[in-house]
Amino acid sequence: MDKQEYSKLTDKVSQNSKSYLNIPKAFVIGGLICTLGQLLLNLYMYWGADKELASTLVSVTLVFLSALFTGLDLYDNIAKHGGAGTLVPITGFANAVAAPAIEFKTEGFILGVGAKMFTIAGSVIVYGTLASVVYGLIIVIFKLY
Amino acid sequence: MFIEYLKAFLIGGLFCAVGQVLIDYTKLTPARILVGYVVAGVVLGALGVYQPLVDFAGAGASVPLTGFGNLLASGVRKAVSEDGFIGVLTGGLVASAAGITAAVLFGFIMAVLFKSKDKS
Repeated sequence: MDKQEYSKLTDKVSQNSKSYLNIPKAFVIGGLICTLGQLLLNLYMYWGADKELASTLVSVTLVFLSALFTGLDLYDNIAKHGGAGTLVPITGFANAVAAPAIEFKTEGFILGVGAKMFTIAGSVIVYGTLASVVYGLIIVIFKLY
Repeated sequence: MFIEYLKAFLIGGLFCAVGQVLIDYTKLTPARILVGYVVAGVVLGALGVYQPLVDFAGAGASVPLTGFGNLLASGVRKAVSEDGFIGVLTGGLVASAAGITAAVLFGFIMAVLFKSKDKS
């Protein structure tokens, strides 16, 4: 990611610094995304999924919707208002994968779509995985299982 | 039923409001916040404080990326208790596989279907 893309991404989320508006908007939009998640969770459990499977299906559904909205160029419009409200939920992660994949299609499927997909998501996966390994080692060393 | 949605809205909203405070009042970029939330979720999951929050707030705690981190932590815990040492290496990604694979798959499909629009 070069400097220009980087500042573009920053601008997208911190469009202006009117915190008295930004924070409530992030709260409401993020809250609504989680409420949608809860609605889906109840729906999948109603259809017979156990809690764990339902929770996984919720993530998959939200990731799909986020990728679709990103493709339709709608996610950015919501993110303009949502700020962290569209960043912090798992939809923000999916957007971070889909947006560069679409944008860098012009650079081809190998070095564009395939590589740029992980510009931000890669970092999330790397540090999340490393943290889980550290925790796993602590469990093994101190016999916490 | 209504209370369930209210809790999801309030707790989920709170996670996002904290993220917005971090964006507005610190130099943290969105990418750092994504990474920070996931790692924080792993730490909170490891300390055993996140799962009770998920039990309380449902999607309000599992949908934010801290929930993704909690999933990594609980995955490692489960894998180590079932498979021993190798679980250290398998647990995290196995637990988060569906989310990551879905993001890759749907991201790819959207990249095939859509063209980037001029955003200027």
